[in-house]
Amino acid sequence: MELNEIQLDLLKEIADLSGVPTGAYNIRSNSQSIGRQSSANIEIVPKETVSGIDIFIKPNTKNETVHIPVVMTESGLKEKVYNDFYIGDNADVEIVAGCGINNCGAHDSQHDGIHRFYVGKNSRVRYAEKHYGSGDGSGKRILNPVTEVYMEDGSYCEMEMVQIKGVDDTVRTTVAELKDGAKLVVRERLMTHGDQRAESVYTVSLNGKGSSADIVSRGVARDDSFQRLDLKIAGNAECKGHTECDSIIMDNGKILAVPALEANNVDASLVHEAAIGKIAGEQLVKLMTLGLTEAEAEEQIINGFLR
Amino acid sequence: MLKINNLSFKVDTDGADKEILTDISLEIPDGKLFVITGPNGGGKSTLAKLIAGIEKPSAGQILFNGEDITGLSITERARKGIAFAFQQPVRFKGIRVEDLIRLAAGKELSLTEACAYLSQVGLCAKDYIHREVNASLSGGELKRIEIASVLARKSMLTLFDEPEAGIDLWSFNNLIDVFRAQREEISNRSILIISHQERILNIADEIIVLENGRLVQQGEKEKVLPGLIGTPSAVSKCQGVRS
Repeated sequence: MELNEIQLDLLKEIADLSGVPTGAYNIRSNSQSIGRQSSANIEIVPKETVSGIDIFIKPNTKNETVHIPVVMTESGLKEKVYNDFYIGDNADVEIVAGCGINNCGAHDSQHDGIHRFYVGKNSRVRYAEKHYGSGDGSGKRILNPVTEVYMEDGSYCEMEMVQIKGVDDTVRTTVAELKDGAKLVVRERLMTHGDQRAESVYTVSLNGKGSSADIVSRGVARDDSFQRLDLKIAGNAECKGHTECDSIIMDNGKILAVPALEANNVDASLVHEAAIGKIAGEQLVKLMTLGLTEAEAEEQIINGFLR
Repeated sequence: MLKINNLSFKVDTDGADKEILTDISLEIPDGKLFVITGPNGGGKSTLAKLIAGIEKPSAGQILFNGEDITGLSITERARKGIAFAFQQPVRFKGIRVEDLIRLAAGKELSLTEACAYLSQVGLCAKDYIHREVNASLSGGELKRIEIASVLARKSMLTLFDEPEAGIDLWSFNNLIDVFRAQREEISNRSILIISHQERILNIADEIIVLENGRLVQQGEKEKVLPGLIGTPSAVSKCQGVRS
């Protein structure tokens, strides 16, 4: 498999890869799988009726990784891709996804990735997904990821979802359902600039006794961009849920945070925190007393916040 | 050398001017440690902020090494060698202690070098270096990190605004050593500390007393300090310091 410079650049941005990954992988470029490898415990099978792949992870698979990055470099491509992860019981795996679009043309490029995770009993999954856009064409770079997580008893899932730069329009939908003792941790980072729009909608149902969720979304809206964050947790059993939206607003940015907590059980304990504000003047002043210019100070503060 | 000529600072309160500092003139020669004391609300912190460029004076002039820096920004003054340790250090989400120390040093530092600054302020470096400078740190921890970041600047003039406020007794003892070491590290470095603490006043070469925005007394420690003992300008023991 040969990768060109733009593909390599996108892979580096979204998956921190400097070439073909080790372990199981599927690399998708311009709607084609350009490289695929299964391992002894992880099998990747293309879907037959729709675009996408099924990933089967055997029970008890430990310390293995799956990379499924997507890159798009042709202007005007639009695709909807279904990737389903079937994770056996007692597994411990890392899954790295992500999509990079380079659009130098006049037509919109769009990738809608629907990822479904079926996490087996007592399994642990770490999932990282980065979205990135580049290219100076007038065509938009559009990403609408849907993430569904179905967690069995005692499972643990940690998701890092990041969109830092260059995505013009996004609607991110995350749905999770947790059984007894399952735990979901989400760290989302969103930065919008120019006239970008980003919406992120979470619906987390804590259905099992002792289940818990901790969802933290940090965002920075610069220039004329817009962000909407809908974070909803429903507590349907004895459970613990925490959501937090923490946003920095700059220039003419607009941010709408819509927290929602729904307690349907007397033993549900749910907390929401939300804060939106500009960069604190004292933070800028402190960094300027260290010799940074105001613009450099701003950059450091944002980079730290979105780390 | 820092030279301040006829510096005044006014603020607008409900349409009326309120004078915070009036006609302050003073000189801090190279290699000297000055302590500014005086009652609360006397204008001490404002003077330090005017020197660092955080506030702009309504009248007067500030010269640093012979150059008029009155019109320069905070950044420009910092780059010329003025460092400022805040009375109430700022918290940052996501910025780590190591980042802050590297930014302060203005260059890449090895982890060992960055840790050395934390050790100087009595923090166990490995416990703190990777932590975020956020609300998870106590006021005292934050204050020591603030001082460590200022040490990393290796500046010619360092301003400390109530460095002892909020820190425990052990680090207070340590702080005195930090100031001494600062003088030894660069022989012609000047240090300006705002403090009421007798033990800090005791290490000064000269003491300045500000009251109601005016410089009411200035002179060698031996001459000024005896007259201050027992007043709010020279607090003895550990008042204001948590034991």
